[in-house]
Amino acid sequence: LQQRRGLRLSAPAAIQVTVRDALNQALDEELERDERVFLLGEEVAQYDGAYKISRGLWKKYGDKRVIDTPISEMGFAGIAVGAAMVWLRPVCEFMTFNFSMQAIDQVINSAAKTCYMSAGSIAVPIVFRGPNGASAGVAAQHSQCFAAWYGHCPGLKVVSPWSAEDAKGLLKASIRDDNPVVVLESELLYGVPFEMSEQAQSKEFVIPIGKAKIERQGTHVTLVAHSRPVGHCMEAAAVLSKEGVECEVINLRTIRPMDIETVEASVVKTNHLVTVEGGWPQFGVGAEICARIMEGPAFNYLDAPAVRVTGADVPMPYAKILEDNCIPQVKDIVFAVKKALNI
Amino acid sequence: SPEERPQFPGASAEFAERLEFIQPNVLAGIPVYRVMDRQGQVLRPSEDPQLPKEQVLKLYKTMTLLNTMDRILYESQRQGRISFYMTNYGEEGTHVGSAAALDASDLVFGQYREAGVLLYRGYPLELFMAQCYGNASDPGKGRQMPVHYGCPERHFVTISSPLATQIPQAVGAAYAIKRADANRAVVCYFGEGAASEGDAHAGFNFAATLECPIVFFCRNNGYAISTPTSEQYRGDGIAARGPGYGLLSIRVDGNDVFAVYNATREARRRAVAENQPFLIEAMTYRIPPPPPQKKKNRFPWFSARFSLIGHHSTSDDSSAYRSVDEVNYWDKQDHPISRLRHYMARRGWWDEEEEKGWRKSSRKMVLEAFERAEREPKPPPRLLFSDVYLEMPPRLRRQRAELERHLETYGEHYPLQQFQK
Repeated sequence: LQQRRGLRLSAPAAIQVTVRDALNQALDEELERDERVFLLGEEVAQYDGAYKISRGLWKKYGDKRVIDTPISEMGFAGIAVGAAMVWLRPVCEFMTFNFSMQAIDQVINSAAKTCYMSAGSIAVPIVFRGPNGASAGVAAQHSQCFAAWYGHCPGLKVVSPWSAEDAKGLLKASIRDDNPVVVLESELLYGVPFEMSEQAQSKEFVIPIGKAKIERQGTHVTLVAHSRPVGHCMEAAAVLSKEGVECEVINLRTIRPMDIETVEASVVKTNHLVTVEGGWPQFGVGAEICARIMEGPAFNYLDAPAVRVTGADVPMPYAKILEDNCIPQVKDIVFAVKKALNI
Repeated sequence: SPEERPQFPGASAEFAERLEFIQPNVLAGIPVYRVMDRQGQVLRPSEDPQLPKEQVLKLYKTMTLLNTMDRILYESQRQGRISFYMTNYGEEGTHVGSAAALDASDLVFGQYREAGVLLYRGYPLELFMAQCYGNASDPGKGRQMPVHYGCPERHFVTISSPLATQIPQAVGAAYAIKRADANRAVVCYFGEGAASEGDAHAGFNFAATLECPIVFFCRNNGYAISTPTSEQYRGDGIAARGPGYGLLSIRVDGNDVFAVYNATREARRRAVAENQPFLIEAMTYRIPPPPPQKKKNRFPWFSARFSLIGHHSTSDDSSAYRSVDEVNYWDKQDHPISRLRHYMARRGWWDEEEEKGWRKSSRKMVLEAFERAEREPKPPPRLLFSDVYLEMPPRLRRQRAELERHLETYGEHYPLQQFQK
């Protein structure tokens, strides 16, 4: 009797994927799936992207789908908005969101407000993406966090991925969303590998915009963060766990619309709240979270005022030791938790 | 020999051995193309587009109807019935001449002073008024200041206030249209002042590098609010900038509807056939509204803030920066409406009686639409929450429900009768 030799189709195991590759996959899959999607920005085509996020895409899809633009953010953001108003679905890359300030009228006055101002007759299915917030040694004009600025504006959706799964799932969801979406990536995360589940490796893997994720369950304190600080929170949680403090770490994933319900449910359980962000303290993401917690049912469950951990309220300095001390570190989060818990 | 030619990637040119600066050449600038003289007489018969009588009458009636609508709506703003208005006096020729040259499906991006284009395409008076009043019939749901019209069915993109932001958008739209391989052009209107914006520079540059089927149409009307062109730029206007970007460019007499028509028609044809951008600079003049009839001012506090002569808009008083003589010249000697009327009269297509009759009936049409618009209620309050996103998010849904509950209980304390249910 010959033994049946069949292909054993075991499910693919989870693999390690960098955020860069996850974003690249997302772009590749969406370009393939929908011919209306195209990528434009400085250096995205022939150079494979300033940070290599679009590596290989120009070779694969050509001039019509991956376009190198002249150096004018207001110009190519405007082009992208106009193209989106007609029938295309542009992905507009800012080399960093710091440069988006030169295009901010197109992003806010045009992309964000057009649906409302045209009474719903003009949709702008556009994605603005690029690295946001602190990098390493690039100083003040290349290190600002724009989560609060864009999160402020009705008409925009704003997402801020942390892990490779976040990056892929949120970028795909953003491209498929018919509203204007700002995707705030992090340059420091591009090279970081994360485990990507078999489910996330699928071409249909999409993460819903507006849902936070509980990265780690805990009972003593709620840590809420977005982007790279989520990683710091996980590290801080590991440190604190050794001291018997169990942190619940929430990865916001979406800045706007913010999933405050997940935070509320967590605060009801833990009675303590610490927010962590890379941006400046005034009018920031943490301030918004605290305000909403006060306005909602979770306020009655707080045993202590919420504590915010933020970037230092200065333009980012260049010198490494200064820069290191301007962004939230693990020790700052640990200190804040102990302050909140009064231990 | 090849070694003796410059090899730079950035420019293809010859060497020069004499130090010589290129003159900006403002005195002998780009000539102004025209078909008729100021008395409506065609100068070269070959340039007469020989439009059929019905179309010429439509051009004339559109310009005059716009003029009448402007008078009535401007007055209504001075009386506090609408909050803001912008007139189109003197520039009607640029609107209808270009609109007539386009296909009905060509996509129009305007600045804010192109109502004649929309009127030529058949947008009803009711809807112009509804938008200015922000009433329940406004397809724009009362979301915008007056004169910010939009009509997807007539391919007229909703007006957006910030100057020149529509220029790169128009280029992007043209790029999208090229990708769709449609026989469509994009026409992008803007004033000579808006052309100073950074968006304009980027838009022109990108249109050329992306090879888009777009016609840029600049209305050079001499002023940007109070800034005359002599302070807006020092070069030879906007047309002279075109070649610098690689655009085929022309300057036309904007008060000559046939010159505007011919230039737009040819530019549009070639833009689509050759996938390349064109730049038309239409020279014209922004005429201030006529002084009002002696009427008791219902809102004296209003006119104390705003003088009665103007203007860039109802928020402007141009008597502060231009002379009566200058204004009179344009009103009487070189007006697009009168020039076309002379052309029509010469052909026996129009006479004094028709003129009288049309003035009466057009005024009646406008007044009737106006009175209806005034009586209409405002849009229902629940429309406050829609269209922020394509789908209403839960937070807004909750807020809308909260408002509706509140109005159920306390509705009598609000002027709800002014709003549609």
